[in-house]
Amino acid sequence: MNDIIIKNITRIIIPFAQMYGIFIILNGHISPGGGFAGGAIIGTTLILYTLVFGREKGKKKFSHKMSEISESGGIMLFVIIGMIGMITAGAFLSNLSGGFPQGQLGEILSGGFIPILMIGIGIKVTSTMISLFNLLIDEEKL
Amino acid sequence: MKNVIANILFIVLFIILVIAIFEMPTSPSTNAPAYNDVVDYYVEEGADETNASNLIAGILADYRGFDTLGENIVLFTSVVAVGSVLRSTKYDKEVKDNE
Amino acid sequence: MNIIERILENINYIGAVALFLIGLRIVVLHSNLIKRIMGINIMGTGVFLFFVAIGNVSGGVVPIVGANPEGSTFVNPLPSVFILTGIVVVVSITVYSLSLVIRIYQNYNTIDQKELAELISEDNNEH
Repeated sequence: MNDIIIKNITRIIIPFAQMYGIFIILNGHISPGGGFAGGAIIGTTLILYTLVFGREKGKKKFSHKMSEISESGGIMLFVIIGMIGMITAGAFLSNLSGGFPQGQLGEILSGGFIPILMIGIGIKVTSTMISLFNLLIDEEKL
Repeated sequence: MKNVIANILFIVLFIILVIAIFEMPTSPSTNAPAYNDVVDYYVEEGADETNASNLIAGILADYRGFDTLGENIVLFTSVVAVGSVLRSTKYDKEVKDNE
Repeated sequence: MNIIERILENINYIGAVALFLIGLRIVVLHSNLIKRIMGINIMGTGVFLFFVAIGNVSGGVVPIVGANPEGSTFVNPLPSVFILTGIVVVVSITVYSLSLVIRIYQNYNTIDQKELAELISEDNNEH
């Protein structure tokens, strides 16, 4: 796409949209939102970038290697957090009884491992959206 | 003709389902059957037990964390399945070369 | 008069049923495969609306502790949690069926169900 208006508007919008997505992920346990919603927002900005600037530039921002790492890394973070609870309290994914810091109700640092899990889910959803999109548009050129 | 019969059938089905909805206990209150003991427990104890003020996040990540792990695995499986269907294989290259 | 009141009381459920039937009609009557996938998506939306309507409490507030005035009742948080699972499953089956449609188009040069059935039966007769 070679339209200067779309390119400039996209350049301006993407940082704000990504900031908003990160905000929604990190505030998932004290306000509406969470990993799925925030991850979908960040994934949509990456899809917008690929649509406007083309597949080659999009590949530089989010390569196949990076997609592999984040795709399995999101689940690994989840499983490792669950295993920590298993070691300390005897049950998979045990939160406060597993010794995770409790924090103050309503603050950003509260809820034990819930913010960490939300970050893991956000990474997973973001990379799933962008890698599914890349797989579908790569095939079109074959 | 086929479309007209199908549309009539769908309208009849819609009326049957609306009548079924009128028979359902759909009162939007805490007496509804979906608002059972489990939900009462989550609403009363959830904030103390998970220490997350958003009850949905507490249920999603703490009480039903294993379910969320399953959701992530569904996403992972979908990426793997789409990749295995769409990635060009050795067979595709042979077919393309022959053409 | 009574029937109109009952329709207005249950408008969420009726909307959910209407969405489900619109999706079902598209899946049954259209022969374009992409339109069928869209129909499955619309059916999924109907099911989500049905679930969310189950959790409704009139006068209820969002289930966040400390953000609401004292003494207010929360809406049912459990259907919202289940819907997240449903959305993930619908996204997965949509993308998987789209990838299958791409493969079908590469092999047969059509995405119409009827033409596809003829082509496949011709293939079978040749062998």
